[in-house]
Amino acid sequence: MAAIEVQPEKGQSSQRERSTTVTGTLLRIGGLIIFDAFALFFIYLLLSDGYWPLAAIIGLITLVMNYIFLSPAAYPMRWMSPGLAFMLLISVYPILFTIYISFTNFGASNLLPKTQAIEVLEARTFLPETGATLTYTVFVNEANNQEFGLWLIAPDGTSFFATPGAEFTAEELGAGALDANGVPTSIPGWRMLTRAETVRNISVISATTFGLEESAVSLTGRLGEAAQLQPRFVWDPAQNAMIDKRDNITYFADAETGFFTSADGARLSPGYQVTIGLQNYQRFLTDPSFRGPLLRIFAWNVTFALLSVLFSFGLGLMIAIVFGRTMPGQRIIKSLLIIPFAVPQVITLLVWRGILNPLEGVIPNLLQSVFNQPVGWPPFFADPTWVKVALIVINVWLAYPYFMLISSGALQAIPTDMYEAADIDGASAWQAFRNLTLPLLLVAVGPLLISSFTVNFNSFNVIYLFNSGGPPMVGTALPAGHSDILISYVYNLAFGRGLALYGYASAITIMIFFMMVIVTIFQHRRMASWEETTN
Amino acid sequence: MTAATTKTGSLQALRQSQKARFRLTLAFKYLIAAIVLIYSLFPIIWTISASFSPTGSISGQSLIPNPPTLRNYERILDQDFWLWMWNSFKISSISAILAGLITLMAAYAFSRFRWRGRSQLLLVILLIQVFPAILAMVALFAILQQIGNYIPFLGLNTHGGLILIYMGGTLGVNVWLMKGFFDSIPRDIDESGKVDGASDWQIFWRLLFPLVRPIMVVSMILTFFGTYSDYLMPRIMITTASKFTLMLGLQTFIGSNYAQEWGAFAAGAVLGAIPMVAIYLILQDYIVGGLTAGAVKG
Repeated sequence: MAAIEVQPEKGQSSQRERSTTVTGTLLRIGGLIIFDAFALFFIYLLLSDGYWPLAAIIGLITLVMNYIFLSPAAYPMRWMSPGLAFMLLISVYPILFTIYISFTNFGASNLLPKTQAIEVLEARTFLPETGATLTYTVFVNEANNQEFGLWLIAPDGTSFFATPGAEFTAEELGAGALDANGVPTSIPGWRMLTRAETVRNISVISATTFGLEESAVSLTGRLGEAAQLQPRFVWDPAQNAMIDKRDNITYFADAETGFFTSADGARLSPGYQVTIGLQNYQRFLTDPSFRGPLLRIFAWNVTFALLSVLFSFGLGLMIAIVFGRTMPGQRIIKSLLIIPFAVPQVITLLVWRGILNPLEGVIPNLLQSVFNQPVGWPPFFADPTWVKVALIVINVWLAYPYFMLISSGALQAIPTDMYEAADIDGASAWQAFRNLTLPLLLVAVGPLLISSFTVNFNSFNVIYLFNSGGPPMVGTALPAGHSDILISYVYNLAFGRGLALYGYASAITIMIFFMMVIVTIFQHRRMASWEETTN
Repeated sequence: MTAATTKTGSLQALRQSQKARFRLTLAFKYLIAAIVLIYSLFPIIWTISASFSPTGSISGQSLIPNPPTLRNYERILDQDFWLWMWNSFKISSISAILAGLITLMAAYAFSRFRWRGRSQLLLVILLIQVFPAILAMVALFAILQQIGNYIPFLGLNTHGGLILIYMGGTLGVNVWLMKGFFDSIPRDIDESGKVDGASDWQIFWRLLFPLVRPIMVVSMILTFFGTYSDYLMPRIMITTASKFTLMLGLQTFIGSNYAQEWGAFAAGAVLGAIPMVAIYLILQDYIVGGLTAGAVKG
């Protein structure tokens, strides 16, 4: 009795004796300090560039890791710390970040955070009218990594030598006598470039600024001409504006559009990221030119997913019933039927694209001779209806082996004496199927049908690899295709055709997400009710 | 007497008609089997045939190549085929091994320890799966772009970045499956190790790991399958041809002039599919079991 009481409880025992060794503790604390140091440095870098959402999640992960590795109560979570960190960064954060993006104007013309957009603008230079134009001659220092230097002559005749970051007079260099053009015949350590060499290296030389920072000189782009360039834009934090020194215009930061905008409405490019509230959502909820195509895509998306699941489940179930367990050779037949399932989708989809090619593909050629139709029929890529037919045939081909496997498993689990009882009661084969097999099967397979619906709802590969969502719809505000589903539409808005409408694409993604949530809630309800009816 | 003979006669007739009916049903079943087999296997047989076809283009191909040639294989191997294959194997193996270890350790903790928030954490892991990674493509693209500014080997257009993306979902996919497997191992084994003074890590690594190795291998193979066949993430993240995965390489290779490169594509498709189909057929029972179990749980 006493011996049993001394035995510590399971779970707690391991909590007490774990890694109390000095080296273990030192390793743990040391590792944590190194991790924290890296994380803090990374957060600092992110914040200074304006990436505050990423900085926030890295900060959260760092806090969680510190808690896990310092608190004895969190000991078990040390075992899953890498998985948790990845989950927070690559699963949880993208969800939140997608929501955030959907409220911003993040996109091709508003890619950068404000601080970085300011840096980009500040790097722009211009040639002031008052600034002196100089003529230049290029020298090269071959010993020092092919460094270039310019011999510059001002309009008033004074001359000097400029290398990246430094200026010298002829005396400082120990240059030789000037020739007729005012260029020294020799500079110790430097060699004058021939005209041809200058032309060959012009892109490197043009990209370099020469001389001291406050009076830096660059090539103007006109032959033989260099000038002191000045930064064109200056950031004025007090006014929250960029000041254009060339044209003397003040561009005020417009927090609503994410652009620096002048009084007469001119905008500077690039713009920067700002939150724009519900504008992305308003666009496709209220604007008919956005809403129209989206509704059609949505309708086809639901149809596609529903028909795919129904047909592949129907076919898979039929095969499972027909073959049963008694048919000789059924095992090898099933093994053969699984092969398409094992081949990577990308490969099989591209294969289908080849076989269905209306000009030369084997199946259209066969159909053409059977139905006596011209070459090019049926238009599996050009006609919306035929594209959709092809897509469903292909998707069923891809998915039905899975349902065959699941259905045969579930059928085997139904006890045979139930069929004998039904037989004695005089039930026909159809009645037995309708009232016995199907309900029992649905209990087991029902949740899988629903999750298969959600998978098919987002089956990007099938749509994109077969026909890239085409043929294109006519007269839409943004490019859309007749066979596009929501996810392939999102892909095209974000990454296809140079649109880069990240904010708008994310807003549509959030809509898909809500669909998924609703379907999943429905799935769990049904699962619960199915289990209730059977228990 | 006569009645008796007619009775046996009718019995025989009945038996014969039953036999005939049985044969007819069987014949009908084989007919259906034949149709389904053609539907399922024709695209695959046609591809294998195309890979040996002498024409090399999509037109003029016959079911039995005449004469069979290896020219298409030479053509695809002239491309960066082996490089793409190597990239795919590298990315998929690293992802599978990392994901396997991460999931295994997490499953061990979920199975063997009790702490506050354990069941909530399990539920959260399950719920996050509702949001598939494919929906987060814009966010994932932006994340890699931002990280790549500071840690170049985890940025866009790197294999490191791609592997990082694949790590995100690891906990959700298989932790439930593996936890169930750990639960089925009696705790007496842990206790015996504890009596001998073994630490948690020693119990995990020396005693339990050998027992869970089979399920670990299956889950790693499933991860390998998933990453090897993935198309969207490489498509978004990888832009340089020398860094392409096999799926991306095959797709871009055929993209421009489909009809002309059909034979070479078919050869690449056959070579790319062989490892997957081989593993699949060898481990059929495990994988099917893992798929259905994981699906039911997920």
